Amino acid sequence: MTGTEQPPSHANIIIQLESEEGNAAGPQLDVPQDVTPSQLETLLNGLQHNEERLSYSFFIHDQELAAELGTHLLKHQVSVEAVLRIVYQPQAVFKVRAVTRCTASLGGHAGASAVPSINTPREAVLSVNFSPDGNRVASGSGDTSVRLWDLHTQTPQFTCNGHASWVLVVAWSPDAAVVASGDHDGGLWLWEPATGKAMGQCKGHRKFITSIAWQPAHIELPSRRFCSGSKDTTIKVWDASTRRCLFTMSNHTQAITQVKWGGDGLIYSAGRDCSINVWAAADGRLLRSLTGHGHWVNTMSLSTDYVLRTGPFDHTGVAPDDIESRKQVAQQRYDAARHGLPERLATGSDDFTLFLWDPSNQKQPRARMTGHMQLVNQACLVTFSPDGRWIASASFDKSVKLWDGVTGAFVASFRGHVGPVYQASVAWASDSRLFVSGSKDSTLKVWDVRSKKLLMDLPGHADEVFSVDWSPNGKTVVSGGKDRMVKLWRR
Amino acid sequence: MPQGEHIELHRKRYGRQLDHEERTRKKEARSVKKRATMAQRTLGIKGKMLAKERAKEKAVMKKTIAMHEERDKKHKADDGNKGAALPAYLLERDQVDRAKVLSNTIKQKRKEKAGKWEVPLPKVRPVAEDEMFKVLRTGKRKKKEWKRMVTKVTFVPPGFTRKPPKYERFIRPTGLRMSKAHVTHPELKATFQLAIIGVKKNPNGQAYTGLGVITKGTCASKGACHSGSGSGSGSSGSGSGTIIEVNVSELGLVTPGGKVVWGKYAQVTNNPENDGCINAVLLV
Repeated sequence: MTGTEQPPSHANIIIQLESEEGNAAGPQLDVPQDVTPSQLETLLNGLQHNEERLSYSFFIHDQELAAELGTHLLKHQVSVEAVLRIVYQPQAVFKVRAVTRCTASLGGHAGASAVPSINTPREAVLSVNFSPDGNRVASGSGDTSVRLWDLHTQTPQFTCNGHASWVLVVAWSPDAAVVASGDHDGGLWLWEPATGKAMGQCKGHRKFITSIAWQPAHIELPSRRFCSGSKDTTIKVWDASTRRCLFTMSNHTQAITQVKWGGDGLIYSAGRDCSINVWAAADGRLLRSLTGHGHWVNTMSLSTDYVLRTGPFDHTGVAPDDIESRKQVAQQRYDAARHGLPERLATGSDDFTLFLWDPSNQKQPRARMTGHMQLVNQACLVTFSPDGRWIASASFDKSVKLWDGVTGAFVASFRGHVGPVYQASVAWASDSRLFVSGSKDSTLKVWDVRSKKLLMDLPGHADEVFSVDWSPNGKTVVSGGKDRMVKLWRR
Repeated sequence: MPQGEHIELHRKRYGRQLDHEERTRKKEARSVKKRATMAQRTLGIKGKMLAKERAKEKAVMKKTIAMHEERDKKHKADDGNKGAALPAYLLERDQVDRAKVLSNTIKQKRKEKAGKWEVPLPKVRPVAEDEMFKVLRTGKRKKKEWKRMVTKVTFVPPGFTRKPPKYERFIRPTGLRMSKAHVTHPELKATFQLAIIGVKKNPNGQAYTGLGVITKGTCASKGACHSGSGSGSGSSGSGSGTIIEVNVSELGLVTPGGKVVWGKYAQVTNNPENDGCINAVLLV
């Protein structure tokens, strides 16, 4: 045999570019086998007659094309006999780079002694949250204070005192005008982030508050309504300006672990009684009850989560000034994030599995995602990537698993933590390429979805990391933990 | 054969003295004073032992009294904010109470900087050779006596192969080879069974370290402390047990720099050859 095994370099392959829904983007093309993704991108931009060059990513049989076409085909042993279908997907417009270093350690919650000592774990930072415009961070802690930090100067802004016990949840309204915080006694306080003053208290819950969700911006601006779920098995919808409870929804028989206000006028609530209830947001009627989990439902995530949270602010933190255009922008962003499909809901539970639901249409789950295992194994926080393509689940079995956001198929498993990853939120970078996980072993790890590998290891906390959030503009990560420090991480 | 039952028998038949109850009551009432006089007057070792017993009794009595007093004390209503603050997803979960010292705290760092590991001060007499080794007679007429068999517990690393029998001088019998140790964490007060990675130092002698012998060793009687040969200087004589290195990866420890800790030193606290297992305390 005199010939080499490799295909000759001038061999051509016939490809057909298709969108995700299956629409062909032009005729079949005959391309050389050493074409690269960027060349395909140029081709596609030309075919689509795009005015400015958009970036795309290409998938062949659900495998992403990263190298030259020929090497990719050889590696994955794809036959070139028939016409090759390449599915393209527009990438989000902005790129996010991994955070690499801790730029600030904010010890305000630590009180008099900034040195974390083991004797004061009751002041641990319990939740951190970025504002939708990415300018501020709110953190709630066991020392009963809510602190607002300015991101650009990385310094503290205000300390909000008023709670009587640990502040468990902190939530920003989508127009960044109000911060709501819930505590261990059931008290809800509203704060004005511009001045740090308390707007008022919402009394009603009798036990600790587990979750707060604001009404999305495209429904009403300025944001007035929000709902809170608590251990006393009720969900109350409040009006922020009058601080009155508008109505109470009580169907759960055990504590509620998470509430979400969807963009379609539905409120979702997950509880420890293994069920998820779907309510009408206008009057609090129970529409549907989704059962299927075998144990406590710990966490819920909507496919439009990111958009609902950031409201009218785009990824640079800018929003129009007047209310009408804000609502319009929020509505546009919401429609874009949905792609015309109904919202999907992913829930994780103590029974080691996750479910993918279509709550507005059916009672039956679309998919069940199993695979987490080992001991105390709770898929703690599940978040959809901002364009709804992936689901990441963090579990007590020290791994984070990645699932397909549409079908629920398992994609990859990320191992690296040596302690349960339950203890922190898996937060997405806004262009769904990276996510960060914090764990009981006091480290945060940044993972790359494309290569399915660990990108950065971020040690620095002296004790367990309880809460993690990635800013909407993708530049900073904030984390708070048991060592009473709030840390900001940047590139 | 009934013995000594005549007293009981008499009591059953004829009963007790008529004023028996009164006499015993009065005697008990007087015994308090008597005890006190005895305690004050007894001299020497007897006095010391008596004092020790009384001190113990006093402590127990104080505790009982305190317990009884609890009933009358008023307590503030439980506000539920006990212990460490936990985020919402951890509330009402039965978490294993982790000792705070287990992971990267300042205290840990300080200790690490202070002394790498504490080599016990050799208040020990080195274990004698005839106690450690048994002479094996070999040869056609069993006259040669150059082989020794170790009589204490040893650790051989995985992948260990014996030297050719003709040349091996020290024999470590497989029956006395152990690969796991029960390691107690001093603050957590929890014991884990961890695999041994190696023997770091046996304070009874350097030769024993090389052989992987694991012993506890005995402390000399007070007063006559020999300093053994070849032992390092430790800050405090914490005992004479061998220092072993154990695999702690299952404990999930992380250094402040973010690296995972997989090996730690532990000091043996029992005589493994007597007990059949190795008990050690983790050196944090």
